[in-house]
Amino acid sequence: MPRAPSPRRNGRKPRLAVFKLASCDGCQLTLLDCEDELLAIAGRVEVAYFPEASRAMRRGPYDIALVEGSVTTPHDAERILGIRKSAGILVSLGACATAGGIQALRNFADVGAYVSAVYATPEYVTTLAQSTPVAQHVRVDFELRGCPIAKDQLLELLTALLAGRRPALPTGSVCQECKRRGAVCVMVARGTPCLGPVTQAGCGALCPAFDRGCFGCFGPMESPNAASLGARWEALGVARADVARAFRTFNAGAPAFRAASEAYEREADR
Amino acid sequence: MSGKRIGSTLTVETLARVEGEGALRLRLEGGAVASVQLHIYEPPRFFEALLRGRRFDEAPDVTARICGICPVAYQMSAVHALESAFGVRVDGPIRELRRLLYCGEWIESHALHVYLLHAPDFLGYESAIHMAADHADLVQRGLRLKKIGNRVMTALAGREIHPINVRVGGFYRVPAASELAPLAEELKWARDAALETVRWVSGFPFPDFDRDYELVALRHPSEYPLCEGRIASSKGLDVAVSEYEEAFAEEHVPHSNALHSILRGRGAYHVGPLARFALNFDRLPSVAREAAREAGLGPGCRNPFRSIVVRAVETVFACEEALRIVSSYEPPDRPFADVEPRAAVGCGASEAPRGILYHRYRIGAGGLIEEAKIVPPTAQNLKTIENDLWQLVPRHLDLPREELALRCEQAIRNYDPCISCATHFLRLEVEE
Repeated sequence: MPRAPSPRRNGRKPRLAVFKLASCDGCQLTLLDCEDELLAIAGRVEVAYFPEASRAMRRGPYDIALVEGSVTTPHDAERILGIRKSAGILVSLGACATAGGIQALRNFADVGAYVSAVYATPEYVTTLAQSTPVAQHVRVDFELRGCPIAKDQLLELLTALLAGRRPALPTGSVCQECKRRGAVCVMVARGTPCLGPVTQAGCGALCPAFDRGCFGCFGPMESPNAASLGARWEALGVARADVARAFRTFNAGAPAFRAASEAYEREADR
Repeated sequence: MSGKRIGSTLTVETLARVEGEGALRLRLEGGAVASVQLHIYEPPRFFEALLRGRRFDEAPDVTARICGICPVAYQMSAVHALESAFGVRVDGPIRELRRLLYCGEWIESHALHVYLLHAPDFLGYESAIHMAADHADLVQRGLRLKKIGNRVMTALAGREIHPINVRVGGFYRVPAASELAPLAEELKWARDAALETVRWVSGFPFPDFDRDYELVALRHPSEYPLCEGRIASSKGLDVAVSEYEEAFAEEHVPHSNALHSILRGRGAYHVGPLARFALNFDRLPSVAREAAREAGLGPGCRNPFRSIVVRAVETVFACEEALRIVSSYEPPDRPFADVEPRAAVGCGASEAPRGILYHRYRIGAGGLIEEAKIVPPTAQNLKTIENDLWQLVPRHLDLPREELALRCEQAIRNYDPCISCATHFLRLEVEE
């Protein structure tokens, strides 16, 4: 367990920082979307660095650093080292920071071709061949999954850190949330392909509640059986190339999903 | 962030209270402005490339990830582009629900910008959190207004950031009328709060800074534009969305390290609330028009600093429109129209809170995306933002650098720029 931010020890509030790497801003927006709790949180911490919300940008050290986004440039690969040094507790926020995000699709392609496809003058674009999660560069104390993260998990994390305890975050599957919600299983009842059995809980089983199969925003659960789920999808008539793509979205870089998508891609070619 | 004086260069290292990461570099020579550069260091994510080979129906969810602030805009431009490619026309209650979802995003995004990002400039605070120490009631009102926008999106599409219920052809599931009904009371409160917001922000001190923009926005025969209409301008442009790329181009400007959108043969233009308002004033509901008039705001407004008032007026519209839809809603027979993919090209444009968002897709015979082009509103405004700074800075050269930096930041925040959006398409170039 990393050291707690010890809110009262020095008679000062814990210092909170929010950093952004390659991302869409959605996970840090989740903090501003805590409309009922935002001012209470702001009363318990010193918001020392949060450019999206404040011109006040104080230097570290920080007690808690929340990091959104993946590492995709040499500059950010340097920056994350500095962020780690300045932070007591470092938390990765969301699919980009924990798995590389949708931009990790470059990891399966030739990044040079990507650059030329988008940019007129490719030689001026500085980018890394891979989009990588924060934990591949520095030690990470806690991770919040999701694309985007769940508001209640963010609040639980902050509450726990301020109380000096370990946050209670689920590691089970979306299926468990679906059952608790009392939703009808879209795959069993309707034959709708669903990633719920292999995807980590956290969203509250949103998609099945909207008559849609889970598409994996929270990445692989602790012990996913992707091969078994893929076979079930095939039995439902899903083409192998489509199974491969389903595992290759916002959490494409997460090892279990990466392995599944690569296995199905190989089989699709046969 | 503080403005540093390095020789004759003023640098704002990190632009605050904007979405995404950028910096401003001003070079001054002999008391005159020599160069203005909005430097974008937000890393590119290559969406147009990674969309190639994805199936057409993935586009709404994939492109939503370009921006956590305006994901509905991406979803709407995507579904309209794809439906136009496949010859699908969505009408009736599904079309109404799309407008409702978009209104939710406008309310959320405008409340975020007006209260949390922009108002602190006018009242002299570093952030809304600092502002709350003296004006808790105002910040609370803004947060509640923002929350109601989020409630609309959540009720209709599961969550406010990257909603999960939008598909090409309609929705995965449509709500029963009884599910939307509870929103009505909240939207009435929100409309009143938005009217209060108009009165509040119209009293801010605005510099005298009228500019001769070419304002560009969608224009629809009968509605204030969200998803449909022709592309019109204050100087006579009137083209179909499918003609967007004939009318607009991106060009390299010597003083900038980013390409900027221009109107071919005419130069910089301005998209967003000020443009929508000027071109569609007559399409606003009377409650919004009256609020605007009371605030001293007419369709002739060309002062970008007053965009905060226009955002407040548009929030009144979005609440009123959402209320109209919620009150008259009857569910459709089916939640979506069937879509048969075919080899085709389709374009779509919608009005993101920050302005026109254009998508074009070329789809192959198997339903896979062969090519995608996306032009976000902030990329279209970059040249105009820099032009504003060229005009603004000479007036304030006598100010201490710290204050000059703040003025410049404020002028940039007039556009509610979303650098996260813009960067994924900007052609970055280094000036040698």
